[in-house]
Amino acid sequence: MNFDFTDDQQAIKRTAHDLLADRFKPDAVRELAEGERYDEAHWREIADLGWAGIFVDERYGGQGLGTVELVILAEELGYAAAPIPFLSNAAAGLALQHAGTDAQRDSWLPGIASGEARGAAGLLRDDGAALVADADSASVIVLIGDGSGVVLEPSDCEIEPVATIDQTRRFARVTPREGAGEPLGGDVAPALDRIATLLAAEIVGVSQHAMEMAIEYARDRQQFGRPIGAYQAVSHRCADMLREVESSRSTTYWAAWAAEAEAETLPLAAAMAKAQASDAGWSVTASALQVLGGIGFTWEHDLQFFLKRAKVDGALFGSAGEHRERVAQISGLGTPATAPV
Amino acid sequence: MDLTLSPSEQAFRDELRAWVGENHPGEEPSGDEAAWEFRVAWQKNMYEQGYAGLSWPEEFGGRGATLIEQAIFGEEMARAKAPSPANILGLVMGGPVVIAHGTEEQKRRYLEPILSAQEIWCQGFSEPESGSDLASLKTRAVKSNGEWVVTGQKVWTTFAHHAKWCMLVARTDPDAPKHQGLTYFLMDMEQDAVQVRPLRQITGEAEFNELFIEEARIPDENVVGGVGNGWQVAITTLMHERAGLGAASAASVKIALGQLIELARERGVEGDPVIRQKIASLLIEAEALRLNAWRGLTQIMKTGIPGPEGSLPKLQWSAVNQGLTELAVAIQGEDGVLRDSDWTYRFLRARANSIEGGTTEILKNIIAERVLGLPRLR
Repeated sequence: MNFDFTDDQQAIKRTAHDLLADRFKPDAVRELAEGERYDEAHWREIADLGWAGIFVDERYGGQGLGTVELVILAEELGYAAAPIPFLSNAAAGLALQHAGTDAQRDSWLPGIASGEARGAAGLLRDDGAALVADADSASVIVLIGDGSGVVLEPSDCEIEPVATIDQTRRFARVTPREGAGEPLGGDVAPALDRIATLLAAEIVGVSQHAMEMAIEYARDRQQFGRPIGAYQAVSHRCADMLREVESSRSTTYWAAWAAEAEAETLPLAAAMAKAQASDAGWSVTASALQVLGGIGFTWEHDLQFFLKRAKVDGALFGSAGEHRERVAQISGLGTPATAPV
Repeated sequence: MDLTLSPSEQAFRDELRAWVGENHPGEEPSGDEAAWEFRVAWQKNMYEQGYAGLSWPEEFGGRGATLIEQAIFGEEMARAKAPSPANILGLVMGGPVVIAHGTEEQKRRYLEPILSAQEIWCQGFSEPESGSDLASLKTRAVKSNGEWVVTGQKVWTTFAHHAKWCMLVARTDPDAPKHQGLTYFLMDMEQDAVQVRPLRQITGEAEFNELFIEEARIPDENVVGGVGNGWQVAITTLMHERAGLGAASAASVKIALGQLIELARERGVEGDPVIRQKIASLLIEAEALRLNAWRGLTQIMKTGIPGPEGSLPKLQWSAVNQGLTELAVAIQGEDGVLRDSDWTYRFLRARANSIEGGTTEILKNIIAERVLGLPRLR
């Protein structure tokens, strides 16, 4: 039993943390978010470092590492609220690597791993459309729904940019044309579990940063002659944030480990991680706003980037309620009388 | 990262599982005296076969189990629904304190009878006016003719009516700042100056007692850790009480959640989307508790210092256990409020979980101040 990263994994985490802290200083994040754009130089840099293909098999030009390393990067990118099309590209890569045919992998994984031909992925809803991050700049779009998936090129679909509350990330509504695209070759479930874990990891980083902002403010901000963090109404709120963040982190790392080492545990672990992180992401960032008080509600304060990203990430690839329903099914409660929200 | 047991941990677990499988004494009998004798017999059997005090160093009769092994032990005993050994307070608190702070003479005198359940221990910390603010306690110990004379009142003393020794914290210097004027004693319970009165709780039973101490005598050699150091010594015992309990408590709530799922099926509500969401939430909290506990243990094993996640299991456990018993009662509708039911008992007993062993509020204070570095209110 050793519930900690290896030395190599620790090194990846430190390197990522330091690099991202330098590249995505608060002003840089704000400038990109307000412009609703990315800086391709950032993408080139992290792609050259091998991050885009960290989990992709070496034969496709990836680093051949696993979900644990991917989760480490996602957490740090979330911590930085980095405006960069990493998550979408990784989600498409996971879908193709775990559910694609050999031909689909050959076609798309090299571009995803090198960062030269990015992917994007989303969940196909009942109305035949999907909310997809970074679909407008992707070379390949993977949509998954109802136990199957489809691999699409941009010309196969209608891609309509939509604005979510998260300005650090670009989104589009993607509607595949009738009969367009090619079905994904394999079982989509193992891919979806890994994507859910990836999102949970990003939320862990986002929540961690929001919690740190709240704690720092609670130490410094004086009211009634003492720091507000000395009042239990505030300090207990912060203790609850720690419980939420650490529980999200533990379940997410567990899911990442299961993806590599214990496949039979992955469905439960991934559903638990995404359910836990989705709810915690909102409760921690909203609680941080309450600690910050009025300043936390202003456009000027950076908390908004974390709060909004946490909320949007929570909704992507299954809400907390949907993942809890999966937990119920896997845990022996049979099927529900009606579907959850 | 490897969340499976290593070969040696696996062998340790298999050995425990086989042992408890062969030696499990069965269902605890009803009736206070019969249940007590049953637990004494269980501990004697554990002791004779070398399974009492696994965490204690080998030289004192233990097996020097690592924190991970202690957690495995807790998990396996919970999984097997093994009874709690009679002298649990001596095993998890008293013995470790004597080992850490006691004299050679004290180690020779006290440790063996703790392991064998020959002498039962109880804990005299809380007082009617000193609960969360333990260091404000008022029980006085005054030295007179080479021995200590103690007067005061203690409360929530588990097993006091069976105990030979009481881990007693008393004020020896009323003029010192409150944390510095305390001393840790081992008080002989077999004296008329110590009166034990059972404290009936909302479940109807009396697990706990009040102690009325009127000029009780304690020889000077029964001071542990030196006069005036009682707070530090007491804190060690509280840390022993909390360390390693997370994994065991996670294992026991997991069993309870299995029973809750069974109950939902019996009552025909397993398809209800609201019930499903609530059960799933509890399952996730229980898993997070287990994982936080193991992550915390890994940190302590690696660095010697608990990580932030290690501060969470106790308050998470109390919330999950209260939540699951509340849901079990809710699922049963009007039947859920009938008195003679195991779920009703557990539902009422769970109210103490967020108080005993440190209230949730005190634990949050500790997290805020020591883990998050927030300023102190006081």
